[in-house]
Amino acid sequence: MKVTIDGQSIEVEPGTTILQAARMIGGESVPPAMCYYSKLKGSGGKCRCCLVEVSKGSDADPRPMPKLVASCVTGCMDGMEVNSTASERVQEARKSVTEFLLINHPLDCPVCDQAGECDLQNLSFKHGKSQTRYIEEKRTFAPEDIGPNIQLHMNRCILCYRCVMVADQLTDGRVHGVVDRGDHSNISTCISKAITNEFSGNMIDVCPVGALTDKTFRFKSRVWFNKPFNAHRNCDKCCGKVTVWMFGNEIQRVTGRKDEYHEVEEFICNECRFDHKDVKDWVIEGPRKFEKDSVINQNNYTRKIAPVVIETEEAILKGREQDRLKISMAAIPLKAGEQEAFNEGNV
Amino acid sequence: MSRKILLDKINVPGIKSYEVYRANGGYASVEKALKTLTPDEVVEEVKTSGLRGRGGAGFPAGMKWSFIDKKSGKPRHLVCNADESEPGTFKDRFLMEYIPHLLIEGMITSSYALGANLSYIYIRGEYMWVFKILEKAINEARAAGWLGKNILGTGYDLDLYVHCGAGAYICGEETALIESLEGKRGNPRIKPPFPAVSGLWANPTVVNNVETIAAVPWIVNNGGAEYAKIGIGRSTGTKLISASGHIKNPGVYEIELGLSVDEFMNSDEYLGGMSSDRPLKAFVPGGSSVPILPANLIFKTANGEDRLMTYESLSDGGFATGSMLGSGGFIVYNDTACIVRNTWNFSRFYHHESCGQCSPCREGTGWLEKVLHRIETGYGREEDIDLLWSIQAKIEGNTICPLGDAAAWPVAAAIRHFRDEFEYHVRFPEKIKNRDHFVEEPFEKVKHLVGKATV
Repeated sequence: MKVTIDGQSIEVEPGTTILQAARMIGGESVPPAMCYYSKLKGSGGKCRCCLVEVSKGSDADPRPMPKLVASCVTGCMDGMEVNSTASERVQEARKSVTEFLLINHPLDCPVCDQAGECDLQNLSFKHGKSQTRYIEEKRTFAPEDIGPNIQLHMNRCILCYRCVMVADQLTDGRVHGVVDRGDHSNISTCISKAITNEFSGNMIDVCPVGALTDKTFRFKSRVWFNKPFNAHRNCDKCCGKVTVWMFGNEIQRVTGRKDEYHEVEEFICNECRFDHKDVKDWVIEGPRKFEKDSVINQNNYTRKIAPVVIETEEAILKGREQDRLKISMAAIPLKAGEQEAFNEGNV
Repeated sequence: MSRKILLDKINVPGIKSYEVYRANGGYASVEKALKTLTPDEVVEEVKTSGLRGRGGAGFPAGMKWSFIDKKSGKPRHLVCNADESEPGTFKDRFLMEYIPHLLIEGMITSSYALGANLSYIYIRGEYMWVFKILEKAINEARAAGWLGKNILGTGYDLDLYVHCGAGAYICGEETALIESLEGKRGNPRIKPPFPAVSGLWANPTVVNNVETIAAVPWIVNNGGAEYAKIGIGRSTGTKLISASGHIKNPGVYEIELGLSVDEFMNSDEYLGGMSSDRPLKAFVPGGSSVPILPANLIFKTANGEDRLMTYESLSDGGFATGSMLGSGGFIVYNDTACIVRNTWNFSRFYHHESCGQCSPCREGTGWLEKVLHRIETGYGREEDIDLLWSIQAKIEGNTICPLGDAAAWPVAAAIRHFRDEFEYHVRFPEKIKNRDHFVEEPFEKVKHLVGKATV
């Protein structure tokens, strides 16, 4: 089937959604998604971030769809034409959703552990406004301890249902879910039960904001100070393929490997995630690659850096050398003779 | 005198019981359908009748039935939506409470038409006494051989259950109803797939309102063509209207579609005019979710034609000058009604009842209510009126189910038709704070203070 998104055409298999087709094309036309998660069945359609305009339904029925549709749950039709970035209606709808999501979400990015890898932060960067029109009090919840490994900050939750789907689809005996209704609805465990399932840690990986955080990593480091490396180990519970986040030689955090849309390639077990923080436990494969612009990408290089040779007169470089010596002071011990000249004020 | 179809036997003493109902011709449609008609012929009769869904959307019932996937080989279901919860709408309760066997009869005939062997009545949690009435009626029908195996010796089997909801308005949305019936949280599903393809337990399912199903026995007994003669144009048959507000005779009425709003409002047969002889200010024709209309658009459309109680006439001109027949919750306001307070009240309801699944509805309904609350209590700002307009526009059309629209439309219509009243609230907060406004001093008398004509 042929689908055209923002003027770019692509052939897709029947059953492909508009979002999947857009991801095949890539680039700016890919709608943002806060609740859709390709690895979770039934996800999508809730956050309404990925609304697009279908200007032509199909070759068989070319009528446009009257309402904007959620691209993550709308299947492609042959000849369908979709406007994503190219539609003002769509841009306005995304701005609206961003505004709605930020109504009750605290702007505590400076202290939130998700800062740097928060999908809402990225969404807001692209579609948000610098000011809010909401003057009412935000909803607040008491922080909740929902198990030995996970901390729940309900204030930050945007009710994407991803963690509930992880629990439903990956774990036995789900003990948490959405309770209450409307803007009172919140994620909680049933009657103070602890989440102890072996795959519960994946709830942290799928959370698009900082509502569910890793207790073994909380407040240890900002993510952009960590160096992520792909690593693996033999594990009898999961694939054992992870990303380890290192600060110097210390592994501070272990997560599943994620793609450019922040979705894990394979879910990992709690043992790999929480119990193996020693470098010796892992076979380090190499630096993790980033495809998406994000603050998390700062200071991370996946290409080999070659030394730069400065081709210039040696006399010019001599001045730089002198500056280096002045600035270095005690940090760099001077050679014999240099110290003497320095003391005499000759440099 | 309008023709009665649903309520024609309502005054027969003891009609609630099986014996009296049967003695008055009850269950004749089941006999006729099962013994003389094929399921497809029953569907054709309903199609011919032009019966439109009476829950609010007004989708043609026969067409909905014809969408059911018969090729899948899966079991099919009929689910009766008795989760009536919209403010101002109380017609289904009346029908179920006073003539429960009519619904049971309709369920059996309709289930036969759809080839369903397992059907449900999903009833609002607060209607516990009606739940008990229906259970009793089902037991009576089962004991008399109208339910169970091999009904009337025709080989057709049907089990019918009444299921009580937990009291959530959202469960009146057909897919949320199905989720709830399956024992899950009552969140609407994303459509497609529609229930006719994948509904209850992923089986083909039709969800119809109580009043729609209750009309089926008459259609089968008398023929779809006969039903289509009642009413006007595409608004065929009769409609139950639940009337409330500042009128002399509130209650549930069965009217022929096509009756003029003027006659319905003012004749003694129906509402009997305004109570207390105060002037009419506004009305809501189809339950709290539909747009409110000002007095000048109630009896005449924008084109100057008589406003009729039909789907088409009430929506004439779109939302700029029209509204919707909706579920028939007819609410009338006199000049002492505060439109801002009324809008806030409706908004409070939708905020409370939003399931919270999709962002615009979850966050937007709460925001609307909070801003309206501020305005109504005398703490509004002038920019709040435009803010309300902007919020409702961001909700409408962007949500999973129509609850978002239902929350947005009353706010939009109130601002569209009564903006000066909102402006009065924000410009004279002390007057708002210090009195039960508009009761002693109707808005018409203080309107000049706003210094601006009604938009």
